[in-house]
Amino acid sequence: MGTLLDVRGISKSFGGLFAVAEVDLAIGEREIHCLIGPNGAGKSTLFKLIIGTYAPSAGTVLFGGADVTRLPAFSRVARGMSIKMQTPSVFRALPVRQNLRIALQHHVQPHQALGEEERLIALLGLASDADKPAGELSHGQQQWLEIGMALALHPRLLLLDEPTAGLSPDETFRTGQLIQRLNAEGATVLVVEHDMTFVRQIATSVTVLHLGRVFARGTIEEIIAHPGVEEIYLGAAHDA
Amino acid sequence: MANLLNGPQTLGNGRGFWIAATLFLVVALAYPTFTDPYDVGNTAYFLCWIFMALGLSLMWGYNGMLSFCQTFFFGLGGYGYGVIEVNLGAGHGGAMASLIAAVAVAGAAAALLGYFLIYGRISGMFFGIVTFAVTLALAFFLNQTAGPEWHIGLARLNGFNGMQGMTPLALPWFGHDIDLEGTAFYYFVLVLLVVTYLLLRVLVNSRFGNVLVAIREDPLRAELLGYDIRKYSLITFVIGSALGGLSGVLYCSWGQFISPSSIGLPAAAMPVVWVAFSGRSDLTASLAGTLLLLFGFQAITIYSEQLALILMGVLLAGTVLLAPNGLVVSSVNGLVRRRTRRRAVLTPSLQR
Repeated sequence: MGTLLDVRGISKSFGGLFAVAEVDLAIGEREIHCLIGPNGAGKSTLFKLIIGTYAPSAGTVLFGGADVTRLPAFSRVARGMSIKMQTPSVFRALPVRQNLRIALQHHVQPHQALGEEERLIALLGLASDADKPAGELSHGQQQWLEIGMALALHPRLLLLDEPTAGLSPDETFRTGQLIQRLNAEGATVLVVEHDMTFVRQIATSVTVLHLGRVFARGTIEEIIAHPGVEEIYLGAAHDA
Repeated sequence: MANLLNGPQTLGNGRGFWIAATLFLVVALAYPTFTDPYDVGNTAYFLCWIFMALGLSLMWGYNGMLSFCQTFFFGLGGYGYGVIEVNLGAGHGGAMASLIAAVAVAGAAAALLGYFLIYGRISGMFFGIVTFAVTLALAFFLNQTAGPEWHIGLARLNGFNGMQGMTPLALPWFGHDIDLEGTAFYYFVLVLLVVTYLLLRVLVNSRFGNVLVAIREDPLRAELLGYDIRKYSLITFVIGSALGGLSGVLYCSWGQFISPSSIGLPAAAMPVVWVAFSGRSDLTASLAGTLLLLFGFQAITIYSEQLALILMGVLLAGTVLLAPNGLVVSSVNGLVRRRTRRRAVLTPSLQR
């Protein structure tokens, strides 16, 4: 299987401080890849470099074989990337239904949009809240709605930044199932996550970031067995 | 297209609304038959201003861009009409061509200014500040054009005294022109207003309108759904500002006069007051509220212009404090909420 996302030597510095430094990351087609690391490791910054809301200080981003480093975020989305950000960002004043419609209308024909909208509402379990303003949903529901909006784009690469933050264990498990189902349907998924149970549930491979650099990579078993990984997590906890 | 007249981005959507709107239009059409020509002319004058309010509602209420330069484009439209018409002559459709050309000038200027602002990622409060500065600059510039050296072709700009000498609009009609003055002008503006209002409703309820409100709510999220938000905002800015220009042309045709005081302060603040008071996020509210304020403002101005301005300021402050979504929009929402609540009390089982 080919490589869908190929990040090469990417760096981002803020006033001399490198949040991400010379990171290489290759994600194969239909892979579920997890990005873990203590707070401040540069995970969210790396996501922003991939989707294009930050311009890198150095390095390139290849997507589907094409260099997208200089493309603005919306063009990368048009090429098949999609992101759910760390903090839920939905259109709070607009009804749930309209949130999904805005995501859908970009590439779904009008006559198919309604059916697709209903399918997503059912999938997200938001049928009884579909006409409420999105801002009135619970935190977990907003997370799901945003995942739903990211899905509505039928992405080739789905970027999920902490999709289970603030969710109950049951909701977390269901989110994992959803990701696996999408993956089975053909999506490649890159997830930033802290919850190791969740990572174990979904991931086939893991990259550990620490202080903006790749610290380790491998299967979930290899990462858990890695003596340094626990150290950096605990170290970070001690420092905090 | 007709099914886009109703939708999530407009408040009045039901049968009741359209019946009321039709009745209102019928009264407006019959108005000249039961009033004296002076009042008809006066009402036509009020209608001229509505376009710029609708334009601001589109930009500010739907897209989140607080443009303080509606009177800038009003001025470009008005002066543009004067300059083109004086040079071109009114006959043979010249006046109507001047209208189109002047609105096009306003639109082109909006495209240029908007490009630098929007593609320069200027947003929020700074958008308001920059547009306000641009507006004041134009007013100051025109103020000092009193000398005879300030002319474009045959048209003298005339500085603070204001430009005059243009002819009213005329409708080219099979070889001869129908002068649009008095009642004819009233009908012309009324038809233009109805068409503009309906087209804007279609626009905001379309896919384009969905993206506009998405940008207002969360620009980054909208961009990350694959929309080039700058393009959408620029198009909106051009449409909204061109409507400001249209207001200027109509005003100029109505009174055959325009001066820098229509551009600078306090004129520049007026559209913002009207639209904020009415409820910027709805076209119908902006239309109705603006009309109401214009009538009220004139009624008070007869006694004291200072008092009218003070009242406008008080109104703006009151709206911002008490009903930030605008008075018309808030009262409609309040009514709807009360009705739903009453229905919920009556039929609790159905609600569950």
